Amino acid sequence: MMMITENIRMALTSLKANKSRAVLTMLGIIIGIASVIAIMTVGNSLTLSVSSAMQSMGANNITVSVQRQSSETEEREDGIVFGSVSKTRSVTEDDYITDEMIYQLLQDFSDSIEAISVSESVGSASVKSGKNTASIQVQGVSQGYFTANDITMIAGSRFSSKESTGAKNVALVTDRFVDDLYGGSYADAVGKDFSVELNGQTVEYTIVGIYEYEESEVGINGSSDNVTTTCYIPLTTAQDFNHSKNYSSISVIATVGIDSEELATKIETYLKGYYRSNQYFTVGAYSMASMVSALNDIMGNITMAISIIAGIALLVGGIGVMNIMLVSITERTREIGTRKALGATNSSIRMQFIIEAMIICLIGGIIGIILGIMLGAAGAGLLGYSASPTISSILGSMAFSLAIGIFFGYYPANKAAKMNPIDALRYE
Amino acid sequence: MAQKQDTSILHLSNIIKRFYIGKPNELQILNGINLDVYEGEFVSIVGASGSGKTTLMNVIGLLDRPTEGKYIIDGVDIDEATDKELSYIRNQKIGFVFQTYNLVSKTNAIKNVELPMLYAGVPRKERTNRAQELLELVGMGERMKHLPEELSGGQKQRVAIARSMANDPAIILADEPTGALDSKTGRVVMDLFHKLNREQGKTILLITHSNELADETDRIITIKDGNIMGEKAGGWNL
Repeated sequence: MMMITENIRMALTSLKANKSRAVLTMLGIIIGIASVIAIMTVGNSLTLSVSSAMQSMGANNITVSVQRQSSETEEREDGIVFGSVSKTRSVTEDDYITDEMIYQLLQDFSDSIEAISVSESVGSASVKSGKNTASIQVQGVSQGYFTANDITMIAGSRFSSKESTGAKNVALVTDRFVDDLYGGSYADAVGKDFSVELNGQTVEYTIVGIYEYEESEVGINGSSDNVTTTCYIPLTTAQDFNHSKNYSSISVIATVGIDSEELATKIETYLKGYYRSNQYFTVGAYSMASMVSALNDIMGNITMAISIIAGIALLVGGIGVMNIMLVSITERTREIGTRKALGATNSSIRMQFIIEAMIICLIGGIIGIILGIMLGAAGAGLLGYSASPTISSILGSMAFSLAIGIFFGYYPANKAAKMNPIDALRYE
Repeated sequence: MAQKQDTSILHLSNIIKRFYIGKPNELQILNGINLDVYEGEFVSIVGASGSGKTTLMNVIGLLDRPTEGKYIIDGVDIDEATDKELSYIRNQKIGFVFQTYNLVSKTNAIKNVELPMLYAGVPRKERTNRAQELLELVGMGERMKHLPEELSGGQKQRVAIARSMANDPAIILADEPTGALDSKTGRVVMDLFHKLNREQGKTILLITHSNELADETDRIITIKDGNIMGEKAGGWNL
């Protein structure tokens, strides 16, 4: 133990004696560690924010949507997908998922389905009130929709079942919408009417509730100055407006404790029954959980791949340390001889130089970690996500830089330890 | 006077040292040296360069093993000792003083003196105290914090002598200690050796090519072509 502290002292003395060289040697380690930390930080925060965004959409959500039958057209020998008119046609009302199918699904899977959420897009528009304008995207939603997509109410309330089924012209808008259009208190805004021009038709909606706008939507909607927010109307209202009855996609919310991936497969098989006679379209069901895990896999792989490249930088840095250590022991041959004459054993000489290499790597590692955290924060800031490196990655890189010190320090240190004392003493 | 003591601290019998620089170029430097050094003696080994005196010094200092022959130092047969045990003997029983001082650079005087104690595992505080005492003994008490490059040759050699005394060894091996010094500083260094021999009873082996310095010692051993050519009592030049 005493030898270790003394060796650390000696190592620091010899590094101080050759500052610029020590810094240059550390540079490889600094760059390597800094890039590993930075990449891991950015990668982690990206994965986290994307998966948490997807989680907030509902981890136990299953999306069921109408898809084109792909097998027949793709199997054509000439490979032309849209060659035959008789084989493809555009989607019609009859291809969509019907209320009947949803009803049956709820009946047969009542144990595993919590709710079914259906939404239908109506269109986007900008709303004017005096000088103020606000952009909205109007979406019709079923009552089950809010089970799958949590919203925080600020004022008013969600649709009553009467409003939901009765195709009333009521709307839920965001606090941003109210800010942009009216200003003033949110409670006052409840009950106000606003008119929108949608697909050439002017419709008037009454605000029944105001919910909190979530910042994460920015990523899709663009600049924060003029935000397009979602305005929810009852599904029946939207259907009336669109003159449609059926749905291109629905969301199924699995009961807590049900494996949503397994349920997705079951639902897909079940609903495909309705499409047996349809040559052109079918349904597909995907659980959010499987999407999240697939996404996590991809992010993990990318992070890993870049980390390997950064690891190569570390390897080069380690070779640099070895190189300098070899130069250093050659320069200090006489010192090694002297130490041996004074009673240093081979193992104490070896220890001295391994510790010196470890100190170089450790200092380089610490500087690299600090730099990496800064770079990672800056990179994550550019991406618009807050970032924090994990403690394990910091400790891991610290341990890794020490390991580099031991690994690349061992060979030069051993060379020093094995020096013949007389040759070393007489070395000019 | 010293020859009369019966405890021989160094015992060399028929020591041969050969170097192999390829088979046909076998080089025999020591041709069967027989030598006994007794406790408390101040012995000088004199010889021209190439006579084998440095090789003999290396063998005595355990920096090199003899090719043949028996060497017993303070009761230990080095033939049976491992490299690690040799390090221990060098550390505990031998103090080295080199012509080129061989102080560790970038390390101040006191730290240099502490080195042998460091390898002996002496606690920090004790090391520092002992090093201070020794530096004061050699008259370097004022320059304990100086780096070797800030010291003159004579000062460096005095630090080196303090260092050789660190673990209170029985034997001090001095290889041309005044070789790089002018006669006045050389005198200071020689006086220091006499003092250590007289006051602390150290056995000192001095290697030199100067007959004048050799004459100051108790016994003068002349070496030529790897053989001891003769020995005579000295000590009359003081």
